[in-house]
Amino acid sequence: MRNWMVSAIAIAVAIVAWDVAVRLSDHTLIPGPVAVVRALGELASTGRLFRYAIASLFRVTWGFTLAIAVGVPIGLALGWWQRGARIVGPVIQFMRPISPLAWIPLAILWFGVGDASAIFLIFIATVLPLMMTAMQAARGVHRVHAMAARNFGLSGVQILRRVVLPSARADLVAGIRVALGIAWLVVVAAEMIAVNSGLGFQIVDARNAGDRYDLVVAGMLTIGLIGLMLDNAIRRAA
Amino acid sequence: MRSRLEALAFALVLLGAWQLLHGKVVPGPVEVAKGIGELWERGLLVKYALDSLRRVAIGYAVACALGIPLGLWMGLSSTVFAAANPLVQILRPISPIAWIPIAIVIFGIGEAAPIFLIALAGVFPIASAVAAHVRTVPPMFVAAARNFGLSEPQIVRRVLFPAVLPQMLSSLRLALGVCWIVVVAAEMIAVDSGLGYLIIDARNAGKRYDLVIAGMVLVGAIGLVLDMLFRALEKIPSVRWGFR
Amino acid sequence: MKLEASGVAMRFGEVNVLEPVELSVREGEFVCIVGPSGCGKSTLLQILAGFIAPTAGRVTADGVAVTRPDRKRIFVFQERGVFPWLTVAENIGFGVEKAKRDAKVKELVPLVGLEGFEKTYPHELSGGMKQRVEVARALAVDPDVLFLDEPFGALDSITRLTMRAELLRIWQAAKKTVLFVTHDVDESVQLADRVIVMSARPGRIRAVVDVDIPRPRDISSPRYLELRDGILAEIGLAHEI
Repeated sequence: MRNWMVSAIAIAVAIVAWDVAVRLSDHTLIPGPVAVVRALGELASTGRLFRYAIASLFRVTWGFTLAIAVGVPIGLALGWWQRGARIVGPVIQFMRPISPLAWIPLAILWFGVGDASAIFLIFIATVLPLMMTAMQAARGVHRVHAMAARNFGLSGVQILRRVVLPSARADLVAGIRVALGIAWLVVVAAEMIAVNSGLGFQIVDARNAGDRYDLVVAGMLTIGLIGLMLDNAIRRAA
Repeated sequence: MRSRLEALAFALVLLGAWQLLHGKVVPGPVEVAKGIGELWERGLLVKYALDSLRRVAIGYAVACALGIPLGLWMGLSSTVFAAANPLVQILRPISPIAWIPIAIVIFGIGEAAPIFLIALAGVFPIASAVAAHVRTVPPMFVAAARNFGLSEPQIVRRVLFPAVLPQMLSSLRLALGVCWIVVVAAEMIAVDSGLGYLIIDARNAGKRYDLVIAGMVLVGAIGLVLDMLFRALEKIPSVRWGFR
Repeated sequence: MKLEASGVAMRFGEVNVLEPVELSVREGEFVCIVGPSGCGKSTLLQILAGFIAPTAGRVTADGVAVTRPDRKRIFVFQERGVFPWLTVAENIGFGVEKAKRDAKVKELVPLVGLEGFEKTYPHELSGGMKQRVEVARALAVDPDVLFLDEPFGALDSITRLTMRAELLRIWQAAKKTVLFVTHDVDESVQLADRVIVMSARPGRIRAVVDVDIPRPRDISSPRYLELRDGILAEIGLAHEI
């Protein structure tokens, strides 16, 4: 049996199982697949789906681009000049496990409730992983290539631009995919707590404004699908 | 030795800058240190840290118990992969936080909800990663095992599993990091103890930003320790070969 | 006949990798298959060992059809085939039942010259040593036939010379049937009783040469050079660079 058929059947089975589980359970609030599809239709037809998706994507784009612009060059440089990596490394290692969500109180304090907070949180969440990926990628550049570059008399910056960056490209792309995944997770979380629009907000709003769990799950599905599309887009573009 | 001193110096410079530049509301390192001391005296530091660690331990264990076998199976059988992968790929980008409303509906307020979220956060990355690692095992190893007449279950146990172990350890370490990040978020709702709860409550119940940052520092420190413990596992001889 | 292939051919998609091949190997023989890259010799070896099913023809061992790999006929890969998570002793004992493991390891470690390294891990060993672990691991299950696929390919030329002598010594002590694939013509004439010369695209057997020089072989002797040059000429390679 061809693989895509297996996938299609598995998805169909999952949907049916979901439907059955909901019908059999006591929890009257959890929606079944039909209710969710209707809710999706409702969101799409009122234009809210589109607007919220755009808002979330907007924030991700800004926060993520800033993080790349700051994190990648610094990371490449640090990875290349070993001494820099040893000096800065421990601090980065310490900051990394701090959940971006732990920054929410500070974000609200500095930026208030709105786009800036979300963008800040996305930046915080992705800049360190990107920096570390870039460091790792720079260190992975073949010694032989580095020797050849110095042999030809290239300056430090030139080496970074003409040798390190192209060599590190594959590893960088892998790291960017992971960081984009993080950014997407964080924007949703940030919107649930610190912002008044976007797909994350839509989930919280749907529940608060009347226990509309069908809208909640519809929102979750949209988030999942868009996240998947983002990942595929990066994979294609690389 | 010298580079450690330089690293320390760098960290101190940053702390110094923070102390000098902090505004009125955001506290500097000195106040944060005092905040940590206060938590210690009130007995909350240990209690909250243990609460968070306990939730992560259980959630992470569930994630491993589900994710590793699933990943192995997905890696071994392209049919299973075709069946399970679409679901994994759709569910994975959904932030665990987005599951909170559903988690509360299913589990109510209490320990189960955060543990569910943590397990959720860990299971998809683990399954995905393990499936990928299985595919990178050199076919030569499996061929040699077949040559010696081993049965399929024996091949999985004696060849495939040890062969993926180093890469799997790396992925498990990263997944633990993710779970640790999520526990903080999971504790922002639905519970009344733990480091995540501390961070939110300190702000809401009195704008104690010194405690907020103290909480962040503790989260960072414990996360770092967990990571280092895991890395120590990588030195064990029967996996060290994978980390050259 | 220990091993026999009749009409064995292999096609991958549109490409004819191997034209129909006839081959027979007697018990206790050391046979080399030599040929340029891409002539299908590795594919042929894997077919003979039962890892691949040919698109035509059949292989029999002791008269029985070969359809899958078997403990009686062990394939030795290059030194990468050694399991990196097991020590030397654990690798060697891998295919042996638990009760007999220790005895087998004790017997084979000196045979392959690895005394003192029983508890070492492969990543601490040189390429030649890893190769010996793999040979010992193969011998531990007491097979009838050993298939070696360019086992010395990744070793430097000095180690290769030593390993060839070692392999012959082990073969003469263990008295197995050996099928050895190589692209190195010198190696084939130094080692084998019979050399099967293959040509490329599509792979077919051009010639079978009996190496009638007694062992230990003098690799400067006129007969050696004559046989070797004959094979080189068969493949179509010039005398001078």
